[in-house]
Formats: sequence, structure tokens, C-alpha cells
Amino acid sequence: MRVLKGRVWSFGDDIDTDAIIPARYLNTSDPKELAAHCMEDADCTFVEKAAPGDIIVAGKNFGCGSSREHAPIAIKEAGISCVIAESFARIFYRNAINIGLPILESPEAAAFLKEGQQVEVDLEKGEIHEIISGRRFTAVAFPPFMREIMSKGGLINYVKEKVANQKSGVRSQESEVRSQESE
Amino acid sequence: MGHTISEKILAKAAGKKEVFPGELIIAKIDMALGNDITSPVAINEFRKTGVENVFDKERIALIPDHFTPNKDMQSAEQVRIMRDFAHEQGIVHYYEIGRMGVEHALLPELGLVLPGDVVIGADSHTCTYGALGAFGTGVGSTDLAAVMATGELWFKVPPTIRLIFHGNLPPWVGGKDLILFAIGQLGVDGARYAALEFAGPVISKLNMDARFTISNMAIEAGAKAGLISPDNITLDYVKGRAKRNFTPITGDEDAYVFQEYNWDVENLEPQVALPFSPANAQPVSSAAGTPVDQVVIGSCTNGRIEDLRQAAALLKGRKVHPRVRLIVIPATQAIYLQALREGLLEIFTEAEAAVSTPTCGPCLGGHMGILAEGEVAVATTNRNFVGRMGHPKSRVYLAGPAVAAASAVVGAIAHPEELGEVK
Repeated sequence: MRVLKGRVWSFGDDIDTDAIIPARYLNTSDPKELAAHCMEDADCTFVEKAAPGDIIVAGKNFGCGSSREHAPIAIKEAGISCVIAESFARIFYRNAINIGLPILESPEAAAFLKEGQQVEVDLEKGEIHEIISGRRFTAVAFPPFMREIMSKGGLINYVKEKVANQKSGVRSQESEVRSQESE
Repeated sequence: MGHTISEKILAKAAGKKEVFPGELIIAKIDMALGNDITSPVAINEFRKTGVENVFDKERIALIPDHFTPNKDMQSAEQVRIMRDFAHEQGIVHYYEIGRMGVEHALLPELGLVLPGDVVIGADSHTCTYGALGAFGTGVGSTDLAAVMATGELWFKVPPTIRLIFHGNLPPWVGGKDLILFAIGQLGVDGARYAALEFAGPVISKLNMDARFTISNMAIEAGAKAGLISPDNITLDYVKGRAKRNFTPITGDEDAYVFQEYNWDVENLEPQVALPFSPANAQPVSSAAGTPVDQVVIGSCTNGRIEDLRQAAALLKGRKVHPRVRLIVIPATQAIYLQALREGLLEIFTEAEAAVSTPTCGPCLGGHMGILAEGEVAVATTNRNFVGRMGHPKSRVYLAGPAVAAASAVVGAIAHPEELGEVK
């Protein structure tokens, strides 16, 4: 998997999905329109400042509140390469995996990284590297089942393959989970 | 060792004898829900799966409730995508304006979600159905698309945190006050990934409307679900509504519970959550006197008939403060009609409140009561994040219907007792 490189944009704890993409913009599901308002109620100048490949770093419970998938869609479409946080709210975590927005849970990196730092992220190894200090952090590993979804590029590709396999009588999704959990 | 309600429901849906917290499972879904914000994204993703027909046209509910009746052309387009899809797929539970309601009030009312069910909704307040003893949980649009295609979804079995309420509820203290207090104690991520279970003598005496309010806000503590063990009150509610067979599931006596909290509510004051977090719960006296511009009574949290009755009891024979806009939104058409027949709408109108057709509207800053810069609202809704009801510099205080109605009359945040005797 690719190595990401970008500038850090720092946010605090409990960044909710209303701050990531305010509901007043949800009368559309066009990713480009959503991206134009990414993080607006947390930092109204974010979209102007952030460059493609940049990285959002946040505290605990990132993406809490509404289940709107428009939040990770806005972040992804705005060109943000990944989100590193102390922890993620549950629905945002699912949504990010499902749509293929890379997320890394690392309390150590979230505490260390400061706005403006340059960071390299190796998604395959779950490794976060701050370039100037040379500090390296390892993110919490994803269970094999979720890695499988991510490696296929998201849940829809996973379902597509599963449905095609079921039609041709190949093993079911459940047996896949079982075999992977015993890896 | 036995299992909690959540574990037993999920085990059944996964076709397993038992499941344990942390385990990843694939569960069959009894009902899947989408609204006018989340469904268009789900429909787009569903098309990509290559599946032509939804797994079961009776187990999908598509409810246009957030920006409806449509506030602008763009939101009308979103609903059109939903309506066309519902028609194309023959989806039975699509409800048009005039028949619809706020989704989490509507589905239980129609008997579409039942005790023992696993329900997913592309809306975070899907946890409301926990009040029926169902495992209801919010997901995103892509998850909804996967369920529409296959009828199943992956879950990580959550640990259970049990909240036990003891004592007798003081006057003017209800479901909203209990859940705001609980979120204040737990914090916005205190129950992250966990299933909450509400129990104890206080809960077992509550009517269903109050129970829905409590389960509805489990997500505001980060929880995946918020369950109440089904009892006679649950079964009485479901009786005559259920559209299909169901099996109520209760927890085992010796279930492993990850954490347990015991709270005595004998002296609990009505609660308000200060801006900008539902976890900023305080006794109403700590915010009393804060001037208010707008009051909203409604939403999937507090737009049910018991909520309207409580507000009407305080508003009867009184007027809304001249500086305040009071907006009352019955959550469904059936609740609207009931309120009409009971004379509640007359009480609201004579008090100079505006009564709206069912919509989520102002709760999420959609329409029907958006705040200007610097304005303050008291709302019976569920979130008071920055910009939630309008301008990023507006402020929302969350409260139950009694505090909301009293505040509308006084023109400032007020304890219902400030109004004196109920007329």
C-alpha cells in the first residue's frame, strides 16, 4: 500500500460531524459541494489552507454525532489523505472504512503531532513518522476482516465480490469472517 | 455465565448459540432505515453492488423527514431520488408528506420495529428502538446500501454498560432529564462502542414515550445502542401495532456487565445541557434567567404525545413571552391528529406558538426555525453542537418539554415551578 505524506492540521477532542460538514449543506450529496465546506464549523478557513495530501490530526472521539457519511466523503474529496486521532466515534469509524478514507488510531501520535509538522504514513504497516524529529508511532492494528474490506477499496466492492461468489456457490461471507478471525 | 439483551439479540440474528463482546459477527437485519439526507448516497452505492432488487421490500423504510416539506430545489431533488427508488423497487414503507413523521417516532408507531429485532438506520438516532428491547444502531449510507443488497451486516458485539435509576421521580422530571443527567455523568464518549442498558425501578415505571426519549440519546454518550428490557408496558405498546411476528428477548440474571452505575434520582432537578455539548448537563437552576429567543418542542427525542401534553399543561391559559418564538412540531401525523383531538393544538395556538407539520427541521439547522448570529434557543432536541440550529455563533440549550414550555412563557430559561400552579 502507498505511503502518504502531508502537513498536519490539528483539531481537538470530540470533533462532531456537524463541525466536519454542517447540516445546512446536506441538501446535496455531491462530494465536490460537500468538500467545499469541509471542517467549516471547526475552522472556517480550513478548505482554503489545506493542500491535497494533508493530514487531519485530532483528539478523542473524532466524528461523533450524526451518522452522515457526508463527513468522511467531504474529508476525502477535500484531498485529505488520512485522519489520525486518539480515538474515533463508532459510526465515523465504520463509514471511513466503508468508503476507503484511511484512518489511524494512535493516542501517542495524536498527543505528539502539532499543526504544521510534516508526517509520513505507511498504511500497510500502520506507521506514522514525523519527519523533523524522526519520531515514529504505530497505530492500533485493524482486525483482519476490516483490513479485507479496506484492501478491496471499501464495503461496496466487498459486497459485490461476495454476491458474485454466492452466485457461483463459493464460500459465504460468514465463513470468510470466521477464517479471518482465526488467522 | 449468561448474556445481556444485546448479546442475545445479536447471537440470534447471527445464527449462533452465543456471542461475546469484541466478537465480529454477520447479523441478519430485521429492518433497515434511511432518510432524505442519507438515502440518496445509499441508493447510489446500492447501484454499484450489481444487485438488481433489494433483499426484502418489506424490511426497508425510507422516510423523507429532514428537509421536508422540501425547503428548496436541491432538497426536493434528494427526495425525488428516494421516491423514484422506492417506486422502482416496490418498497412498501415509503411514507409521503401527509402520512410521514420523524422516522424514529414513526417506525415504532407503525409497528415496523419490534422487541428482539436488529435494526440498522442511516441515522445516528436509530438507537431509539432500544426502548422496545430491539438492538437499533446508527450506521452510514454505505452500510445501508450493503443491507439493502444482502439483508445482513457486520457488527462488533459491544460490551454492556448498565445504568440503574433508583428512587421516585420528582415533579417535572422526566425521561429527558434522566438521559441528560446520564450523559453528563458518562461524557460524550463515555459509552463509545458500548451498548447502554437502562434499568431499575424508575425505568420500569416510565411510559413508552419517556423510554423512547431515553434510548434516543444513547448515541450522545457514544453508545452503539441503548436498550430497555421489554416488559408489559412494551408489549402493551406493541400490541395491535406489530406487523409481523417477534420474540421479546430479555437478559440473563448472571450476564457479564462491563460497567454498572447506580443513581438515586429522588432529588434530581430538571436538567438542561449547556452549549455546545449534550454532556454539559446541569440542573436547570444553574442556567435559570438566561434570556431566550426561540424555543423548539419536537424532534425524534421529544415530539411525542406525552411531550406535547406536558408542554400544553404549562401553556394552557398563558402566552409565550413577546420576545420569544415558540415552535411546536408534533413528530408524526398520528401524534398531530391526537394533539388536535385533545385540544392541545388549540392551547398552543392560543398561547401564540407556531405549530408545524412533522419535520426534523430546526433540530439539525435544516429549516423551520434557524437561529441568527448570537441567538439563544431552548430545544427539546438532542444536539447542541456549534452551528447545530443555525449560525455557528448561536447557542442551543437542550431540555425536556416542561422546561422548554416554561422558558417560552418566562422568556428566559426557567424551572416549570416558576409558573406557579398549573391551570
